[in-house]
Amino acid sequence: MYSQSEGKLVAVIGDEDTVTGFLLAGCGHRTAESTNFLVCDEKVTSVHVEEKFRELSTRPDVGIILINQHVASSIRHVLKDYTETIPTVLEIPSKDHPYDPEQDYIMQRVNMYLGGGQD
Amino acid sequence: MSDIPPPTRMNQQVFKLKKKAASSGHRLLKKKADALKAKFRDYAKAIAATKGNMSQHTKDSFFSLTQATYAAGDFKKKVREGNMVARVRVGAGVDNVAGVKLPVFTEIETGAVGQESLGLIGGGSKILSSRSKFTSLLSSLIKLASLQTSFVTLDEAMKVTNRRVNALENVTIPRIEGILDYISRELDELEREDFTRLKKVQASKEEKIKEEQVKKEEERERLKKEGREIEDAKGGDCMEEEGEGDLLF
Repeated sequence: MYSQSEGKLVAVIGDEDTVTGFLLAGCGHRTAESTNFLVCDEKVTSVHVEEKFRELSTRPDVGIILINQHVASSIRHVLKDYTETIPTVLEIPSKDHPYDPEQDYIMQRVNMYLGGGQD
Repeated sequence: MSDIPPPTRMNQQVFKLKKKAASSGHRLLKKKADALKAKFRDYAKAIAATKGNMSQHTKDSFFSLTQATYAAGDFKKKVREGNMVARVRVGAGVDNVAGVKLPVFTEIETGAVGQESLGLIGGGSKILSSRSKFTSLLSSLIKLASLQTSFVTLDEAMKVTNRRVNALENVTIPRIEGILDYISRELDELEREDFTRLKKVQASKEEKIKEEQVKKEEERERLKKEGREIEDAKGGDCMEEEGEGDLLF
């Protein structure tokens, strides 16, 4: 029904609320093999997250990976080694964990570059 | 500095051209680096601003989701189950900044039908408003992702360009200048060598001439002496003959 040229998917790794929200927005995609999202609750260990992240980041039909910051922190070592441009990894705040710009690699770079000249 | 070319006029010309090319390349690359820097700064500012907004935006979205849950009961599991196809996809376009290709994500609505039956029992409007909140959050996140990819790519491109500029400035151009220096020095040396050789040849020629002259002189002297002796002998004869002649006449 949809050809690959129509665009890439937005994948989500995060807690229940985050994933639900983005699924409501319509970025969920389930095929026979797998889904493009992962709900991280207490039962999901960082090994699972890591596995899912590796799978998503190597899939050719994924363009953006949204990941909750507290989840991202748990697999920080994988994210540090991740150097590809596409899929892009975007850290987003979650409901229970406020956003901390200090932990975001991109924000670190931005702040370093702007030298605190911003605001 | 391993491959020094033979110091010839031709190589001198070649390296002069190389130097010209290198310095113009340096100038161009510097311009490119400046352009990239300006763009990079724009992106950095945009990212800082968007990320700042994102915090508030997600907070609102989560709040609307909580409201929806309150109104419609726990529908989260329902959202996650069943067959689903992505309604929102991202297309990858390309933006061009000073010859650097930046990937740009654009949102694509595929028009797939989602679970429209959610919230029929109650709280449907809340779910819809939450959906629209998350949709707008998603589109702003896609923009942010776009910015972020551009940022990373630009960062990389800037590093490469700066490295090239520095390499040209600090390695290539000085090396070419060194080679040019060496060639001109060597050519001068050759010229001086030629000059001295000519002088030497001339000097040795002069010496030869002098020697020959001295030899000739000596020869002449010797001949003179011999001649005198001969003349003497002859003179005696002559005198005798003369004398005889004299005597005769």
